[in-house]
Amino acid sequence: MADSGVTDGPGKKGEIERVKNEGKELSKEEKQRLRKEKKQQKKSKEKKDDKESEKEKKPGGSTATVPQAQPSTQKAPPAVPAPVSNSVPASEVAVATEKPTKSKAELKAERRARQDAERATKQTKKGEPGQQGATGKPKAPPSELLPVVKRLSEHVQVDDPDVLKKLAKKLERQQIPLRSDYGYKVSLFSHLHQYSRKAPPTQQLSIPSTVIHPAIVRLGLQYSQGIVAGSNARSVALLHAFKQVIRDYTTPPNEELSRDLVNKLKPYISFLNQCRPLSASMGNAIKYIKKEISNIPSQCKEEEAKNKLLTSIEWYIKEKIILAATAIAHSSIEKISDGDVILVYGCSSLVNHILCEAYDKQRKFRVIVVDSRPRLEGREALRRLVQKGISCTYVLISAVSYILPEVSKVFLGAHALLANGYVMSRVGTSQIALVAKAFNVPVLVCCETYKFCERVQTDSFVSNELDDPDDLIVTRKGKTQLAGWQQVASLGLLNLVYDVTPPDFVDLVITDLGMIPCTSVPVVLRVKNVDQ
Amino acid sequence: MELQAVLMAAGGGSRMTDLTYNTPKAMLPVGNKPLIWYPLNLLERVGFEEVIVITTKEVQKMMSMDPKIKVEVKMKLDVVCIQEDGDMGTADALRHIQQKIKTDILVVSCDLITDVALHEVVDLFRAHNATLAMLMSKAHEFTETVPGQKGKKKTAEQRDFVGVDQSGQRLLFMANEADLEDGLSLRKSVIRKHPRMHIRTGLVDAHLYCLKKAVVDFLSENKSISSIRGELLPYLVRKQFSKTSPLNSEGEAAKFLFLMLLCVIRTFMVRAQELSCWNDHRGDMSEAYHGGKLRCYVHILEQGLCCRVNTLAAYIEANRLAPKLFEEPAVHPSSVISERCQMGSDSIIGALCQVADKTSIKRSTIGNSTTVKEKVKIANSIIMHGVTIEEGCNIQGSVICSNAVIGRGADLKYCLVGSGQWIEPEAERTNEVIVGTDQLMEI
Repeated sequence: MADSGVTDGPGKKGEIERVKNEGKELSKEEKQRLRKEKKQQKKSKEKKDDKESEKEKKPGGSTATVPQAQPSTQKAPPAVPAPVSNSVPASEVAVATEKPTKSKAELKAERRARQDAERATKQTKKGEPGQQGATGKPKAPPSELLPVVKRLSEHVQVDDPDVLKKLAKKLERQQIPLRSDYGYKVSLFSHLHQYSRKAPPTQQLSIPSTVIHPAIVRLGLQYSQGIVAGSNARSVALLHAFKQVIRDYTTPPNEELSRDLVNKLKPYISFLNQCRPLSASMGNAIKYIKKEISNIPSQCKEEEAKNKLLTSIEWYIKEKIILAATAIAHSSIEKISDGDVILVYGCSSLVNHILCEAYDKQRKFRVIVVDSRPRLEGREALRRLVQKGISCTYVLISAVSYILPEVSKVFLGAHALLANGYVMSRVGTSQIALVAKAFNVPVLVCCETYKFCERVQTDSFVSNELDDPDDLIVTRKGKTQLAGWQQVASLGLLNLVYDVTPPDFVDLVITDLGMIPCTSVPVVLRVKNVDQ
Repeated sequence: MELQAVLMAAGGGSRMTDLTYNTPKAMLPVGNKPLIWYPLNLLERVGFEEVIVITTKEVQKMMSMDPKIKVEVKMKLDVVCIQEDGDMGTADALRHIQQKIKTDILVVSCDLITDVALHEVVDLFRAHNATLAMLMSKAHEFTETVPGQKGKKKTAEQRDFVGVDQSGQRLLFMANEADLEDGLSLRKSVIRKHPRMHIRTGLVDAHLYCLKKAVVDFLSENKSISSIRGELLPYLVRKQFSKTSPLNSEGEAAKFLFLMLLCVIRTFMVRAQELSCWNDHRGDMSEAYHGGKLRCYVHILEQGLCCRVNTLAAYIEANRLAPKLFEEPAVHPSSVISERCQMGSDSIIGALCQVADKTSIKRSTIGNSTTVKEKVKIANSIIMHGVTIEEGCNIQGSVICSNAVIGRGADLKYCLVGSGQWIEPEAERTNEVIVGTDQLMEI
């Protein structure tokens, strides 16, 4: 079901069907299965017709069929040669008069044998279960016929040249420039991308960008330069950019909005991924948009459809981000008592919001802001809290064990909550949680449910993000010690962005659904999926 | 559509009248290509498909006849003709084409020769949602001797003072020496927001601006601004730091309208900006960009070629440097060069030329359809199209304009020979400007 196993034209439909499949009810699956069976019947009929035209086949034609046989499935073996033979006759006509060497029956038998051999090798390869994709888009839940096929996302396989080649081909097809990696990568993290801020993703784009919508180009630039940073900010900016795209979109003739718009969004998402790897919240937002688009009934007029989409995006932002923040603030304020000393790390928009709300509700507390290089986001959090009127202390993360005896609670923000209860957040968070646990200080993580992710991770190595290593270089008193770091062969600069905190260190997760322990995350995910 | 390109080619070349009295500035040959070809090539390389060219009827006619532009420029050129009398400033020209402008614009001047990566300027414009993004370059001293210059180069060029912030990207202050009466005064509001400012004087304005559409709409309301460089830019830079209260003491409706135009668009970015943990400065309690909605950015090119051909010295320099930008054969295939001609590697020879024996051509540019007879020595010179140089001439450091005839045995050092002039045989001229008598009347 997941692999429709048909080539080119019908192949695209298969992809769309795969997208549609994610999280749909069974009735839709059944409809698609029926549709597929009809297609197969049609193809077997065509194949019988083409057997006459296949008598004209040449060796040149047979080699053309081989690469097209690659995306075959276990489910529809007779379907494969048939569409293949449909596309081959076109190429054959040119080759037809040239080489009359082997007999037609022999050629056919050869080809059939080759396809069977390849199908067998493909099955053995697919038999190995892989990890789920890091982009947060798992393959569709299987039908009773197919096993679940999980593929590793290409952005954690950067050291594999085949994967890179595939990525380059995909980007070339979508007309998006490939961003090249920069500098020496520490061996433990050589499977991740590392880009430089001095090589922006717009270097090879044409200036009045025609391939990619200008709003998306602007967004990509703002991501890569760090102007829009933070999980919520990135998601909101993404949704607003998509609203702009939808507003400017017109359906081409003979196309359906529900299918064509999703295809239009694909290169934009690849481009944004090139600028900065997508976050889990962005992945969930994109999934939601794609589902909304494909749910548009085909008889809907374009204006109406666009308005519907714009309203649904507005609703998503309002409910999942803004209202969720209000609900979380409401629950958290119960946990803040007068005289509290609250420790926060970095700049989390949600935690700042909670503290400002608590201050408005006349709670008496003070805040300790912990900060770390190279981003020094804590300064921004400090500015916002002090502007509100909250009394703050500012320390660097190296002083955390010194300051913890004073602290009564730790509030942390999260980038994503993984399905096994681990919290993925800014690098340094797990340190804070660890030290807080050692001092028996309660750690509360605040996270909206739209950031919950179905991925499972137990360490920070497998899937992470490498930021520009030149950010670590600092100039003090006119001297830059690390200026020539690329020339020193044994020196590598590592600028990690995220780390994962185990659930043993987290006492409570405050979400818009209530206050839950870390281990209840899969329950929430299950409930969410059932709802959808 | 993201950006529309506007090429300003109506300028008269007021600082090099000796060259431009016959040929409009936009069509002056630089490296055997018309000057206007360079910005068109830059725009085409970067990916523009359409350009609005604002020019005079004469230039339009010459452009349509010029083979280089007709054949090599694949973009669609939308030529808008304006009167030649020179009363129209660049901002007036923008007002004239306001109907054609549907999105943000990129204004380029026809006399810009550069190899800058344009995305650096446009990225500033996009990423920071700026109102203005411009290109400036470090000025280089002109080393060549300029013909017709009596004594040391004492050009009291009016200096430009440009103030940028720590990062070198935000434009805080811009003023020309001519506008400053007693000294340079800085507003306190600027210093309060940006305590560290770098003021630079050795910068050349490349006259390449990215402007928001709201600015063009503002120009149509505010008819008093006539020059982009002279009036609009300093106004925008000043307005970055003025209070945005609509009930100003000046109370000009235009200003209010302008700021409102800017505020209407992109309110959603405000929300994303609020949630984002980024700030463009630190040390005070204000949010990113100090809450200002009007922002001006500049990209300063430290290395690379960026040349504005608006004086004779710049023209000579450009002829020296421009051929290096492109990989083209030094000698055009249609020219006939005799084997006994000594040609230096720095020289270029245009199409349909005829160069006879025993000639020596060093570090020079020879235009199309030029005839060079025997025993001629040409060094460090620029020869334009259709020139005839008779035997035995010696030309050094000079500029010979189109269709001139240099008589036999003439010796020219550091001269400028105007268009269509005839130098008598055996003439010896040094450091002179030779133009027609009718031109001597023009001041």
